[in-house]
Amino acid sequence: MKSFFGFIIKEFQHIIRDKRTLIILFGMPLAQLLIFGYAVRNELTLTGISILDQSKDAQTQLITDKLTASGYFEITSLLDDESQIEDVFRSGEARMVLVYGSDYARNLQRNGVGTVQIITDASNPNMAQLVQSYTAAIISETATSRPNGIIPEVRMLYNPELRSANLFVPGLIAIILMLVSALMTSIAITREKELGTMEVLLASPLHPLVIILGKVLPYLLLSILNVITVLFIAQVVFDVPFVGNYIHFFIQAMLFTITALSLGILISTITNSQQVAMMIALAGLLLPTILLSGFIFAVENMPVILQVLSNIIPARWFLVIIKGIMLKGSGIELLWKETLILVGMMVFLIFISVRKFKIRLE
Amino acid sequence: MQPDTKSIIKVRDLTKRFGDFIAVDSISFDVYRGEIFGFIGANGAGKTTAMKMITGLLAPTSGVIEVAGCDVAGQPDLVKTRIGYMSQRFSLYEDLRVGENIRFYGGIYGLSDAEILSRTETLLRELDMGQMSGYLVKDLPLGWKQKLAFSTALLHRPEVIFLDEPTGGVDPVTRRQFWEMIYREAERGTTIFVTTHYMDEAEYCDRVSIMVDGVIRALDTPGALKKQFKATSMDEVFVKLARNMEAST
Repeated sequence: MKSFFGFIIKEFQHIIRDKRTLIILFGMPLAQLLIFGYAVRNELTLTGISILDQSKDAQTQLITDKLTASGYFEITSLLDDESQIEDVFRSGEARMVLVYGSDYARNLQRNGVGTVQIITDASNPNMAQLVQSYTAAIISETATSRPNGIIPEVRMLYNPELRSANLFVPGLIAIILMLVSALMTSIAITREKELGTMEVLLASPLHPLVIILGKVLPYLLLSILNVITVLFIAQVVFDVPFVGNYIHFFIQAMLFTITALSLGILISTITNSQQVAMMIALAGLLLPTILLSGFIFAVENMPVILQVLSNIIPARWFLVIIKGIMLKGSGIELLWKETLILVGMMVFLIFISVRKFKIRLE
Repeated sequence: MQPDTKSIIKVRDLTKRFGDFIAVDSISFDVYRGEIFGFIGANGAGKTTAMKMITGLLAPTSGVIEVAGCDVAGQPDLVKTRIGYMSQRFSLYEDLRVGENIRFYGGIYGLSDAEILSRTETLLRELDMGQMSGYLVKDLPLGWKQKLAFSTALLHRPEVIFLDEPTGGVDPVTRRQFWEMIYREAERGTTIFVTTHYMDEAEYCDRVSIMVDGVIRALDTPGALKKQFKATSMDEVFVKLARNMEAST
């Protein structure tokens, strides 16, 4: 037991004295949080639009007013002619042009149907999509608020303001845990191999299991510390809600972390070089965690092959779990299926990583 | 004959196979208590594989190894407390201080705090490094690192110490000094098992075994080997041996 504590102390000394490790451990999570929080947004802030109103009646004025009043849009120019549309896109002053046909009001009166044309600048498809859906929502609100019409009352649950922070923070937690746990442990273990100290450890009376645990435990503690930091900043700076149970959350986070740690051990049994370990961890673990977990692209919208592939990515299940806990306050009774899958992955990975580690060392 | 008290390492028919490749082909030899045993061979001759099996780092395909009275396969943990090991790359943590390194190694060999403290003091005094306990190992000159690594590997007072190419990449003066340390330790009764590919170092050993292609081709004192191969140096012995091999194939 004493030699184990000595091992842990040694491991922390490595971490504290290596600037690069410290930067990855604490700098990267913070940087990612701030980048995602401030730079990468998928919500609209005051976007320039142009109006080509050929009808010029009370109805079109009403829609235009509603758009500006929403706070998402700003009218940069009023156009007189269709030929001007391309100019405003080219100059970049507007991302959308709203066109009311000359017979808009008449059609509306006669047929009850008015058509508005929304032209967007799709050179940035995400932005175009967003602008379009925001506009459509505002227009339909206006259109249906007439007497005798059906008035749908739309409520967005769990993330009523459609804030992207609420979505990226859980994803970020998954990425950070993957980064710290899998990447850092695989590097820490391969470093000992590169230095030749691993042989010395193995020639000592330390049990191989103690060596693995000693290498892994510090990163488990640091991962938890990182999650606490990210949660704190997310709540204080970005007002991300946390409606669920903290204990449940941390147990799930531990589960995912241990899964990631096993992956780290597994990588370190495949290679003896820190560089290769890093490449495998980044390309093989971090990229899928970012791209296939549902963090950036919704799993349901992926091609079938990728959907199937996403099933083997632990973060895909972990994301469902922590989004549920953080945003909806879901308990284990709703998340047991995902939890079970994660536990299964964890047990499986621990089993093969410990086995492989032993085989290599015998 | 009392091989049990005389031999500290007994290897019988040791074989290691990697698929079709036979890295170590049924070798047998004894290392006697208190001697400096040179384990010589070209790169790829199988000496590192053999040494890994003897120290319990690698499981043999077949054969029996006995080290310090224990069967390596049956009592690996006991064997490990009785041997010391220093790898090619000096096996110290560069980002730990001198004192921290010694503490750590003492700790993994299960020494008590008091033992670690007193042995650290003696060790640093003998190395003339009493003031350097707080230095990071990476700031030490190479020769010092090597001496420190050697002394640290001896901290738990093993009966036999394994040195895997301990002088690779070190200048001649430092090599000379290092061998003086090895002699001093051998005089204290510690058995030294050393691999090297410097043939001049082979001359310093009490007995030398030369491995070629997984087989031990020669094993005797340097003097006897030179007589046997009618050579003036171990280097010549090695070259002649390698030539004989080529001629026979």
